[in-house]
Amino acid sequence: MSVDVVAERPRTVPQAVARRAQEDPLWLRVTLIVAALAVIGILVIVPVANVFVEALREGLGTYFANLFGDPDTRHAVLLTLTVVPIALVANTVFGIAAAWTIARFRFPGRTLLTALIDLPFSVSPVVAGLMFVLIFGLQGYLGPFLRRDGYAVMPYLIALVAVVVAVVSFLLLRPVGRKARQGLWGRTWIVLPLLAVTVFAVVLLPQLYLEVWPRNESLKIIFATPGLVLATAFVTFPFVARELIPTMEALGADEELAAVSLGASGWQMFRDVTIPNIKWGLAYGIILCNARAMGEFGAVYVVSGHIAGQTDTMPLRIEKLFQEYNLPGAFAVASVLTLLALVTLVAKIQLERRVPSTAKLFREETHERPQ
Amino acid sequence: MNAFVRYGAMLMLAAAAPLLGAPRGHAAEIALLNVSYDPTRELWRALNAEFIPYYEKTTGNKLTIKQSHGGSSTQARAIIDGLDADVVTIASIIDTNAIANKGLIEAGWVDRLPQRSLPYYSTIVFVVRKGNPKGIKDWPDLVKPGVEIVTPNPKTSGNGYLSFFSAWGSVIVRGGSREDAVDYVTKLYKQVPVLDSGARGATTTFVQKQIGDVHLAWENEARLEVKEAKGELEIIYPPISIRAEPHVAVVDANVDRKKTRAAAEAYLKWLYTDTAQEIIAKNFYRPSNDQILKKHASHFPPVKLFPITDIAASFEDAHKQFIGDGGVFDGIYKPKS
Repeated sequence: MSVDVVAERPRTVPQAVARRAQEDPLWLRVTLIVAALAVIGILVIVPVANVFVEALREGLGTYFANLFGDPDTRHAVLLTLTVVPIALVANTVFGIAAAWTIARFRFPGRTLLTALIDLPFSVSPVVAGLMFVLIFGLQGYLGPFLRRDGYAVMPYLIALVAVVVAVVSFLLLRPVGRKARQGLWGRTWIVLPLLAVTVFAVVLLPQLYLEVWPRNESLKIIFATPGLVLATAFVTFPFVARELIPTMEALGADEELAAVSLGASGWQMFRDVTIPNIKWGLAYGIILCNARAMGEFGAVYVVSGHIAGQTDTMPLRIEKLFQEYNLPGAFAVASVLTLLALVTLVAKIQLERRVPSTAKLFREETHERPQ
Repeated sequence: MNAFVRYGAMLMLAAAAPLLGAPRGHAAEIALLNVSYDPTRELWRALNAEFIPYYEKTTGNKLTIKQSHGGSSTQARAIIDGLDADVVTIASIIDTNAIANKGLIEAGWVDRLPQRSLPYYSTIVFVVRKGNPKGIKDWPDLVKPGVEIVTPNPKTSGNGYLSFFSAWGSVIVRGGSREDAVDYVTKLYKQVPVLDSGARGATTTFVQKQIGDVHLAWENEARLEVKEAKGELEIIYPPISIRAEPHVAVVDANVDRKKTRAAAEAYLKWLYTDTAQEIIAKNFYRPSNDQILKKHASHFPPVKLFPITDIAASFEDAHKQFIGDGGVFDGIYKPKS
């Protein structure tokens, strides 16, 4: 029969037949769909819904009392709202810098750097926390010094940051092209060291003479807020950089080169060309980074010291409330984190429509440049 | 975009502000950090609520006390790594001595406070299901066939090794030989279906996962557990058990640096007053003041509490002999696959 059909109409098969051949039988499709829905229901929807059910079990009044009535819980929320933005700003700055370096330059060790950026993802958060204990702990490398006279480093640290900001600003703001660089802008190799030394001295010396920082006092890093920030920033470091590297590589440097050739300074190019191009990818990275930073438990657990009302972030507080048999309290805080996760999810879906996918960018690129 | 940059700059300034303002404190404002073990949260909360107003009234200084809770060894490790504890109130002298050995607490600390630095002591008791269906009354009942025992891992938990010492002592103190004791604990740990790493984990296994017929727990944890279970569980006091000794100590290196010694010492000495001893008794820890203990005799049925010296030279020695690498426990316990 089928041989006849083929003989009559060679090279074409009726569309309906073709479709049927590609499709699985109805019972199989239904079974698979039901199975998938059941798995998602049991593993995702029921537990998430349960968080809210448990949190609201004793009514809205108790729910808000649990969230805002307990000073330790209140402090945990505030602490998370302090730690996360700082980690986020740091990761945004370093993420852009790292992505820029990797996407725009070819240098020895570039592959290694790319791999190192991913390191925080592959290292267990507990190990990450322990690394900071080993560095800043009393038995660690810097601990004894920090304990004895920790604030002594602050003037130098701040002066160093100021130098980096000044040097980067100089490089970003100077006009592009030899002719445009008049006067001081042109003498980079004289001006830059001078600038660095001057800024260092100007920032450092007043701090030393005015004794802004206390002497012989211990500077707390771990078991205090700075340690929580470090641990959070370390664990969430890859999000922004990883989001930006493919975007920037796919976009290529053409538009930036065009801007520079038209006389834009580094900063103008960055602000008017680079940022508009990467903004959705950047926002996407920041949102993911934020979600992970808020929920971080392992690394923070190791460096926190578990001081109620002082170093407990929201996830740590949830664990503590749970252990104290205060289930409604634990679920109330958990519901806030879950709500944040849902908001993140919605924002992520919204952004995904705007972020040009890498594949699409490559397609456009090859299309525009016929070889 | 500009708004974005401005927002970022503002955030960074906001982040730097507390760093600039933080380090200067007032002499009359004292903050103490009490680093303790897991089950004592409710106890210290009650004690602090009483001590703070008392201290502020008598000295005129403003006092805040922060608490940190976790497994004893974890907490000791954190103090060794620089956690700024003014007083340490963890479960076992083994862990307190680990801190002392690093030079953070001065030698001879045990004798600086009354009662060998023990404002209270405690023990290990049995928690069983409602109606005690397996008829567990004493240590030998635990190894009857078909009885499942829940207790944490002696290697990682204070509750865990105290359970072991209790079981061991229940044989030795009653005149059994070392062979009898080895035989007994071998049988006992064969009937432990799972060894959790800490006290609260074991409680969860017993209460929420409904595994096991008897739970070997801290006396105060057992009381809390039974209260939370609303009639589903009962406490059984064995006739004999270990005297567990959670010592308290001032962390010398920290109080001298933070200039909080006076407050820290006053805090610990206050624990021996009648007010504090009453609070301790009400939280189901056995107060070291015998009069107060007698007053609350209904809370604390008589159990013959044998000291660690009945089975070893000290807690450290017992831990080394029984729990440490190559000790008795290593020889008898085979994890179930």
